[in-house]
Amino acid sequence: MSIKDIELNLIEDFELFDDWMDKYNYIIGMGKELDGIEEDEKIQDNLVSGCTSQVWLVPQLIDDRLYFKADSDALIPKGIAAMLVKLYSGNPPQEILDHKPEFIKKIGLEQHLSPNRANGLASMINKMKSYAEYYSKIK
Amino acid sequence: MDITGIRKDFPELEQKVHNHKLIYFDNAATSLKPFPVIEAIEEYYSKYNSNVHRAGHKISSLATIAYENARKKVAKFINAESNDEIIFTRGTTESINFLTDILQDSILNNGDEVVLTVMEHHSNIVPWVELRNTLGIDLKIIDINDKGELDIDDFGKWFSEKTKVLSITHSSNVLGTINPLKKIIKEAKKRGVVTIVDGAQGIVHSKVDVQDIDCDFYCFSGHKIYGAMGIGVLYGKRALLEVLPPYQQGGGMIEKVSFDNVVYSSVPYKFEAGTPNVGGAIALRTAIDYIESTGLEQIIEYEKELLDYATQKLLDIEHLTIYGTAVNKDPIISFGIAGIHHYDLSTLLDGFGIAMRSGHHCAQPLMNRLEIDGTSRISFSFYNTFEEIDYFTDKIKIVKKMLI
Repeated sequence: MSIKDIELNLIEDFELFDDWMDKYNYIIGMGKELDGIEEDEKIQDNLVSGCTSQVWLVPQLIDDRLYFKADSDALIPKGIAAMLVKLYSGNPPQEILDHKPEFIKKIGLEQHLSPNRANGLASMINKMKSYAEYYSKIK
Repeated sequence: MDITGIRKDFPELEQKVHNHKLIYFDNAATSLKPFPVIEAIEEYYSKYNSNVHRAGHKISSLATIAYENARKKVAKFINAESNDEIIFTRGTTESINFLTDILQDSILNNGDEVVLTVMEHHSNIVPWVELRNTLGIDLKIIDINDKGELDIDDFGKWFSEKTKVLSITHSSNVLGTINPLKKIIKEAKKRGVVTIVDGAQGIVHSKVDVQDIDCDFYCFSGHKIYGAMGIGVLYGKRALLEVLPPYQQGGGMIEKVSFDNVVYSSVPYKFEAGTPNVGGAIALRTAIDYIESTGLEQIIEYEKELLDYATQKLLDIEHLTIYGTAVNKDPIISFGIAGIHHYDLSTLLDGFGIAMRSGHHCAQPLMNRLEIDGTSRISFSFYNTFEEIDYFTDKIKIVKKMLI
């Protein structure tokens, strides 16, 4: 599935929920399901700056595709990171770089997050994109 | 107290947040504002906004009189010996920075010691750390016991011959602990130590009498006591203010200026360079009027009832720990629930219209001391109700299920 298709699926999933608590439940569920990272990977370099809680992101390039692992000490950021991992992980760096995320707006996440949290989310995306840029150049 | 009537004075309480009635439990960060305060600001800016102390025209006189009446009101509110001991600042943070600035070289020199406590807010830590780095002073940090109270059994551990300044919070914005200021300051005075009190929280929930406390300086912000943001107070004992140098230089603080020489105004004007926050001062006066007409004693008593009720209800929740169990406590409760991150908790409770705080509360050294990375914090004001606490604890139970 392309990034665009995964994104459409995510948006559709969220359309099932009327209530924000249900949306949060879904995000939390994704957070609980996400495989975390090893303790020794929870280092400063992997930390996403600008998040209100600690979020780590670990990239790995395998056969020209960029994979991400993510973790957080809080469940909601972990769930949001899980959505981003689902969206981008396993794609060619250039495709990750070219994608303009629309789901945040479409699922209404932006208006529900405080400015601090929204910054954190933007930081996660920026960090993923900057890894994609890095790996697209060393290819 | 007529809580229903009081709540009608605070327009922010009327609104809905995420389709739920707003429950405002973030009062330690800032209080809501009653109509009279909002109206005082509107009235000032629509009727007699003009610059104070300089012009001879009518509306400038009105503004000057109102500004100086605000000073009088504050002086009376904290029982200062004279109106001149009240300096208007931007808030507690500026008041403390003001002091670290003017005390260096006058009172504090290289090698001197300043006593702080582990429960201080960053605004009473960072300026001192900076001064340690630039001036070469030493910082002595007083620890707390398991309840979150300062150890006051042995003042020999607090002060040394090098101690020149004690800067201490009236009460902790995290633990709620009300410090026994009178006792501590008496000991400091015996040793000739200059005493500063961070009253950002203390002014809200205590009857402050600076002469009784006998501190040299007392700092607080207007916005935590129902006034506007951007106005605060530095109270200082006149004898000290007379000999200390000005904080900032500019207009409004001089007697005479030539390119060769400047003669400063008298206290407090030499400390108020530039155009002051006149509207803010006037609104602060109105806020104090509001507190007094409601009754500070009744407010303190009712807030204590809210604290006790909420504490009991929270302790009934499994795996919940309260940080700060001092006997004398402000209506502030910091807590954590095992296995739940405080950010998740406050994010979900926000979804139910509950405004509370999660994080380190600008007290990272205290977080390190407690060996935690943050807490969830609720803090009450007299417009809060027992029903709101019931709603809050009910929602915690729901949220807990979502997160575990």
